Amino acid sequence: MKLLAVDTSTYVMGAALTENSRPVAEYITHVKKNHSIRLMPAVRSIMQETGWKPGNLDAVAAAEGPGSYTGVRIGVTTAKSMAWALGIPVIGVSSLEVLAFNGRYTGGIISPFFDARRGQVFTGLYRWENGRLVQLKEDRIILHEEWLEEIRRLGEPVTALSPDVEKHEDLLQEKLGPLYTPAVPQDHLPRPSSLACLAADKEGTAAHLFSPNYLRLAEAEAKWREKQKEQQHERK
Amino acid sequence: MKKETIILGIETSCDETAAAVIQGGSTILSSIISSQMESHKRFGGVVPEIASRHHVEQITLIVEEAMEKAEVTFEDIDAVAVTEGPGLVGALLVGVNAAKAIAFAHDLPVIGVHHIAGHIYANHLVKPLEFPLMTLVVSGGHTELIYMKEHGQYELIGETRDDAVGEAYDKVARTIGLPYPGGPRVDKLAQTGEADIDFPRAWLEEDSFDFSFSGLKSAVINTLHNARQKDTEIAPEVIAASFQEAVSDVLVTKTMRAVKKYGADRLLLAGGVAANSGLRGALQEAADREGIQLTIPPLSLCTDNAAMIACAGHFLYEKGQFADDRLNGVPGLALESF
Ligand SMILES: [Zn+2]
Repeated sequence: MKLLAVDTSTYVMGAALTENSRPVAEYITHVKKNHSIRLMPAVRSIMQETGWKPGNLDAVAAAEGPGSYTGVRIGVTTAKSMAWALGIPVIGVSSLEVLAFNGRYTGGIISPFFDARRGQVFTGLYRWENGRLVQLKEDRIILHEEWLEEIRRLGEPVTALSPDVEKHEDLLQEKLGPLYTPAVPQDHLPRPSSLACLAADKEGTAAHLFSPNYLRLAEAEAKWREKQKEQQHERK
Repeated sequence: MKKETIILGIETSCDETAAAVIQGGSTILSSIISSQMESHKRFGGVVPEIASRHHVEQITLIVEEAMEKAEVTFEDIDAVAVTEGPGLVGALLVGVNAAKAIAFAHDLPVIGVHHIAGHIYANHLVKPLEFPLMTLVVSGGHTELIYMKEHGQYELIGETRDDAVGEAYDKVARTIGLPYPGGPRVDKLAQTGEADIDFPRAWLEEDSFDFSFSGLKSAVINTLHNARQKDTEIAPEVIAASFQEAVSDVLVTKTMRAVKKYGADRLLLAGGVAANSGLRGALQEAADREGIQLTIPPLSLCTDNAAMIACAGHFLYEKGQFADDRLNGVPGLALESF
């Protein structure tokens, strides 16, 4: 199976081609520059280098979120539009799961996370078991403090992976103490070939039905729902 | 015989997800618009993040519907034209990235179109443009007089210095207490009232083709405020009619003066506020009086749509003006000649 995978959900931008889960080409940058301008040139470049034609692809995979709303949309829109135009399925993979892939030789539990402002993070809990990445706790948005207390109680070494790790380093040390297992810099950055490998084991979706998994309502929507609840309360 | 060029157009600059297929630059094979109005109504205006979320959910469905209705396949399509800007950045990005991905999949050229050029070219879908022409562009974000000597040549000769017409309409609507979207409701209300209040008209410098609506908007707000303080009532339809008359008066007078000064043979009305019946009527009357040929698109082509984007894109296609893979959504894109 020939796969194109794209990930623009954080500032790491990645595009990869895999054939039967074996990476054939990979393009990754770790700079905070515009994904909308750079994604399609990256895709075209790896396709040209490998001599692959769009018509050769069996599916397109994308990191479906959580992450930057706009970032996630660029990748998801590109993947679903291309898949639809080619008449092939699109496969969505959690952006956090892609990052957790980097913890494959740690043995302990893996908490990939993205900073979500105001002390919150997008995170979930994973572990490698018998050569497979298994999800232990589902992806969510939560106060990082609260989350770290929850996973410390599991009493296992924790590999916390994140492009935003520096900002959270002190908190990780403080809350996890000796359980905290620091990772090397490149393991904090998601790889598109990992995304493609994970996608190869998942079910595809019809392109029309594929949309981001933001894990959070738009702010205006959240406020509106809050107000509805209050009004309902007042009426009672 | 060479087959006529077929352009697929995509527009996602605000709260409409739209796709269209145009043949030969002027035949609309299909034009599909999915409006998000209902979903923004409860917020009293368009919420950019929610608009972007809708676009990404809708985009392929709408493009597919446009192609199915037009009965074309990718083999029939010569290029994909998409709104590059101006507009809401997050919304634009969905259309732009969809267009690039679709084009890449089928090795088609991509064309970036300026949203206002699209509104102007909506008129070409009604009747082929003839030059030189003058366009009055009126929308929620724009109030401009644009002079064109030929296809793709835009000369901005006047613009608003503060609020766009559509903005002024929305603010007045809110002051009267009309729900979103306010503009069309003010227009409707105005038709039932007499324009008894003489609101100020901002003519600016004698030779200026610029506009200003903030003073008028404040005058409306003050008038209502004073009346409320004195415990008197002014019928909202009188406010609406008087406001609408003041707006039309300035727009029509300046436009007709510009037409004369520049010796334009043709006058176009473009943009979402071109749907305004008061303005349509007043401009038609003035054009008839002066013997100037006026085109106003039907309502379906005044509001945002992709047929107009495909149409403007057609002329860029003819000139070989293609975008590359780096095409981006540009919220403040300037209207440049091609
Ligand atoms: Zn518009």
